[in-house]
Amino acid sequence: MNVIVCVKQVIDPEAPPASFKIDAAANKVIPPAGVSPVVDPYGEYAVEAALRIKDTKGGKVTAISLGTNFVRDVIKKPLSMGADDLILLDDPAFVDGDSWSTAYALAMAIKKIGAYDLILCGREASDWNAGQVGSAIAEILGLPSASLVKKIEITDGKAKIERILSDGHEVVEIPLPAVLTISNELGEPRYPTIKGIMAAKKKEPITWKPADIGVDPSKVGAAGRRAKMLKLFQPVREGKCEVIGADTPEEAATKLAVRLREAKVL
Amino acid sequence: MAEYKGVMVYGEIAEGKLAAITTEALGCGRKLANELGEPLCAVLVGTGIGNFAQETIAFGADKAFVIDDPLLKDYQTDSYIAVMEKVVKQVMPRILIMGQTSIGRDLAPRLAFRLGTCASLDCIDLKIDPNTKLLLQTKPVYGGNAQAIFTSESYPQTVTIRSKAMAPLARDASRKGDVVNVPAGLDPSAIKTKVLQKVKEAVEGIKLEDAPIIVAGGRGVGGADGFKQLAELAKLLKGAVGATRPPCDNGWVPEGLQIGLTGKIVAPDLYIAVALSGSSQHMSGCSGSKNIVAINKDPESNIFKVARYGVVGDWKKVLPAFTNKVKELLAG
Repeated sequence: MNVIVCVKQVIDPEAPPASFKIDAAANKVIPPAGVSPVVDPYGEYAVEAALRIKDTKGGKVTAISLGTNFVRDVIKKPLSMGADDLILLDDPAFVDGDSWSTAYALAMAIKKIGAYDLILCGREASDWNAGQVGSAIAEILGLPSASLVKKIEITDGKAKIERILSDGHEVVEIPLPAVLTISNELGEPRYPTIKGIMAAKKKEPITWKPADIGVDPSKVGAAGRRAKMLKLFQPVREGKCEVIGADTPEEAATKLAVRLREAKVL
Repeated sequence: MAEYKGVMVYGEIAEGKLAAITTEALGCGRKLANELGEPLCAVLVGTGIGNFAQETIAFGADKAFVIDDPLLKDYQTDSYIAVMEKVVKQVMPRILIMGQTSIGRDLAPRLAFRLGTCASLDCIDLKIDPNTKLLLQTKPVYGGNAQAIFTSESYPQTVTIRSKAMAPLARDASRKGDVVNVPAGLDPSAIKTKVLQKVKEAVEGIKLEDAPIIVAGGRGVGGADGFKQLAELAKLLKGAVGATRPPCDNGWVPEGLQIGLTGKIVAPDLYIAVALSGSSQHMSGCSGSKNIVAINKDPESNIFKVARYGVVGDWKKVLPAFTNKVKELLAG
């Protein structure tokens, strides 16, 4: 099985909300000082899904990432988890796109890779939360797709998947090759092993520029956007928390219950 | 060239009636349509859904399009995009609104791309720009740490709306409107996927989205046993238990209890947040709560910036005492 996984380097979503700041004039987020970027969490679940398939079916997992200012140790995580190759679409022309123009570049890179049975993406990236790149790649490559996937079973050129619904899940059969977007219900991604980290250290990612994948520069990145972002802002938070204090936690708890009753909240 | 006009709402049926999010989409759509001076229509896709057409009109639509076909019994990307493409090309709406549901999250992006346009998902506000008449689409980004306003100049301008972000109109059974049946015209061989089974998750007691009181636990609860204490308090208050992502990922509670950006969106009267830090992703799911009460041993936790009341302390000591006092107060 040849599996391609799309991952993204993002600002750590676990960084405390207080460290989050926006440059309003530039409509950009200021990366918090001293906080290392990470592979986007749902992208990691997608890598895990790919590796589980490799565990049972054998084959190859190729991770691909579009961006700039890659931190090598960060973006190599899929390799240290067990992926075989890492391809970086590293060029200013590729960035600041919307889901459509980003997916177009990824799709062209996937076409260049050539042989694949399955393409996996996280269900949404933790920065823009758009949740559309997987669908767009499927649309551009003319492949069947399914989103919100938590389980994949491969048999005979088909994938049997479990897809999350609001009140449970559905079991769907989808022919390969296909695009699937993965959700956290898949289960915790594996930690890199020492062996994996050592192997990743030796492995150099392949870097592709727009000319390498034959894209029309006007269709990728900022130039290829269909959606325009007019404003990025932090909503003003009002209100203050009434912290109930006491000598012991038990006393504070009792006081809290009384206070809530008094305020007719309970 | 024909002009795009009007607002179209993709409707969903849930538990034998129009889904709450569809009534919210219609309420929002009605407002936008009135501002534009253009009509509002609804689209229903499925099998045996014709009866609900009148309901969409009762909730504000001027017209309802019904695409009813045995092949449409279960949502599948290929077939639903095909019929939606057909009805959108027929109606040419300026704006297309869906709910941010397991269908909307899947259908909106791919349909928009198929139509040569784009979509914004999880919108919490929609406005018409008075000068350009374009739809201004506000949605949370960076896990809820920020919001962004998007627009596009391609049509239809497609969005999904977050649950409980928009208000429905009051149901008016006397509202009149047309119902138009649109033949699906599907080629069965073009439908690539097959739904084999639907598995409903067993929910004990009240559904999370409907609970007036929720007791939610985070990573700090430490395990499944800890959640039993939260369940005890929830039962006492006739509420439901919720959780952040880590307890669900760790298998301490069923996945369906996850509240947050990629979990359930809730807006209860009272949200008791136990041993959870209040990350933006989680708060996205519960910020609509009327009152948030926080119990956390870390005074610097983000939850204290968003809660109305709080106690700084170890939940293992605070919660039992709190539950006992509540028991006493409710009995008295």
